[in-house]
Amino acid sequence: MENLTFDLSHQPVRALNQHLHSAADVLAGQHIEVINPDGAHNIAVGINAPVTVTIKGHAGYYAAGMNKFADVTIEGSASTGVAENMMSGKVHVKGFASNGAGASAHGGLLIIDGDAGLRCGISLKGGDIVVGGSVGSFSGFMAQAGRMVICGNAGDALGDSLYEAVIYVRGDIKSLGADAQIEPLTETDTAALADLLSKAGLSHNPTEFKRVASARTLYHWNADADQDY
Amino acid sequence: MSQTEHPITFKRLQLEESASFDRSTLDYIHRASSTGLYEIRGLGAKRKLPHFDDLVFLTASLSRYPLEGYREKCSTKTVLGTRFAKKPIVLDTPITVAGMSFGALSANVKEALGKAATAMGTSTTTGDGGMTSEERLSSKTLVYQCLPSRYGFNPDDVRRADAIEVVLGQGAKPGGGGMLLGQKVNPRVAQMRTLPQGVDQRSASRHPDWTGPDDLTIKIQELRELTDWEKPIYVKVGATRVFNDVKLAVHAGADVVVVDGMQGGTAATQTCFIEHAGIPTLAAVRQAVAALQDLDMVGKVQLIVSGGIRTGADVAKALALGADAVAIGQGVLMALGCNRDTYQQAGQSHSAEADYAALGTKAGYCHHCHTGKCPVGVTTQDAILEQRLEPDMGAKHVKNYLKTLTMELTTLARACGKQDVHHLEPEDLVALTVEAAAMARVPLAGTNWIPGQNG
Repeated sequence: MENLTFDLSHQPVRALNQHLHSAADVLAGQHIEVINPDGAHNIAVGINAPVTVTIKGHAGYYAAGMNKFADVTIEGSASTGVAENMMSGKVHVKGFASNGAGASAHGGLLIIDGDAGLRCGISLKGGDIVVGGSVGSFSGFMAQAGRMVICGNAGDALGDSLYEAVIYVRGDIKSLGADAQIEPLTETDTAALADLLSKAGLSHNPTEFKRVASARTLYHWNADADQDY
Repeated sequence: MSQTEHPITFKRLQLEESASFDRSTLDYIHRASSTGLYEIRGLGAKRKLPHFDDLVFLTASLSRYPLEGYREKCSTKTVLGTRFAKKPIVLDTPITVAGMSFGALSANVKEALGKAATAMGTSTTTGDGGMTSEERLSSKTLVYQCLPSRYGFNPDDVRRADAIEVVLGQGAKPGGGGMLLGQKVNPRVAQMRTLPQGVDQRSASRHPDWTGPDDLTIKIQELRELTDWEKPIYVKVGATRVFNDVKLAVHAGADVVVVDGMQGGTAATQTCFIEHAGIPTLAAVRQAVAALQDLDMVGKVQLIVSGGIRTGADVAKALALGADAVAIGQGVLMALGCNRDTYQQAGQSHSAEADYAALGTKAGYCHHCHTGKCPVGVTTQDAILEQRLEPDMGAKHVKNYLKTLTMELTTLARACGKQDVHHLEPEDLVALTVEAAAMARVPLAGTNWIPGQNG
């Protein structure tokens, strides 16, 4: 494997991203190390080829945003919008993640070892998110498809206005959002949980989780739903 | 007849309508009391507002010299996105097609718009539902919207777009999210938006991954990084606090700011939003220009104005007030046949009157885009109704419309002595009403008076 290092203490993010936008055959087999990221924004956005990237520190906003195919590891924490709108590949945050982690992700797997802030998995469209710790309020807001696994607790209004995405929570849920409900775990759920937990390197028992999904009462206009609109 | 309590009797019916409780207000109350839900409809504000009609041009005579109307050159070339983008958008006319979604409109319509715009050398814009291959193939210059819902948003389409428009709001419903009722969420629309088929879809009104102008700055940088700083980034706002919003959009790094006034259309939103939120386009233009002037950004950041632009005269007035280009939504739908009493199939005209009647309306009054039962096949996803709009015929009508507007624009510009439509200036205009004079900041006709200025 070819190793290539970008040092953001004296190289601009743009140089890194331009390299990461090279043709797939140029990137094939490369391992890119990003040192001294120091919370820079937009690190490794828009990758469109299989390549591995390790960010040796903290990342700013939108780290690995809109990722396709790549395997990106952030050894520190990530700010707002990590792996937002990811299409495929994997993003692993070893520290904590701020607001909107995995927002509108269409595919791929986002793993956050620590806690995630507000609105984790908002507008999720098919991606998978595994959070080792807890998530803040309004997580899974309007999530349309995909799965979220929360090993810790969830804040207020979890899964508000959910569509077909499913949220699994191991700890306590402070409150459910409009139209979200707790449902019994099925065998499909425990199999999905076992798979996602193993991908994230976690050994929790899948049966310890609660399943949160949409009650589907807001799918159609309904005058009796009052202010839920 | 013996004794009567009412000594006066009239032979005609006594029909004294209340100004406060007129028939449309009565309809509103009767509807609200029977449904318990707000009314949803399409198109834009229907009430009378100060508009470009309230301005007229002071064309040339003795103190100014006109150009020969049919002979001398008058450039309509328009360049957008010169601030940061490596590849600005270059158009042959300043009249662009506004963002309208596949979902709100059929795939046939999106294809027709693309073809017409390409023939006219202008751009089309996607909408809240992603990019269709029909539109990408037919539209040479395609602006790709990044909306709060992010329906169908993906980096491949960002890369194959010619410009990116970050949408904060629209004039018909500034501060509100989109809406697409279940009858329009057919299998293809549902698949593109990752939604269950047939749901009454209500889009988010806030972006999922940023809040506020400082975040927007970073979001714009992300889009620039993703596109290697090639493509112009537009920021679209619904016209409310225009002066501040335009300044913040420029500060956040926009190449182009799009300001959509309250006459702007929608395929579906609450009527209370359409009629009671936002400011008229006329007022919005001058506030936007004032913001650019305040930042010394005139000519560096381009301004696109939309919301109720209908005619070449409207375009000329918007440009004279300081817009670099306009975007038209409803006008092009009407060019496609919206609110016509007939539709055409294989060269034959067919009556659509029964279909309008089934919606409880008739041609000329229809705003039922939200139902998906568009009698002329424009705002529908119905497999049969959408056939009523043939892409090639639709493209021809839209092209003719855009061509007419461009010719009217150059006619007025030449008469004002301008070799370039972008040389039109506020000094070429006066206002017919005090309201328009105050909003557009041009004098009331026959006076030097601009309300609020010069003491």
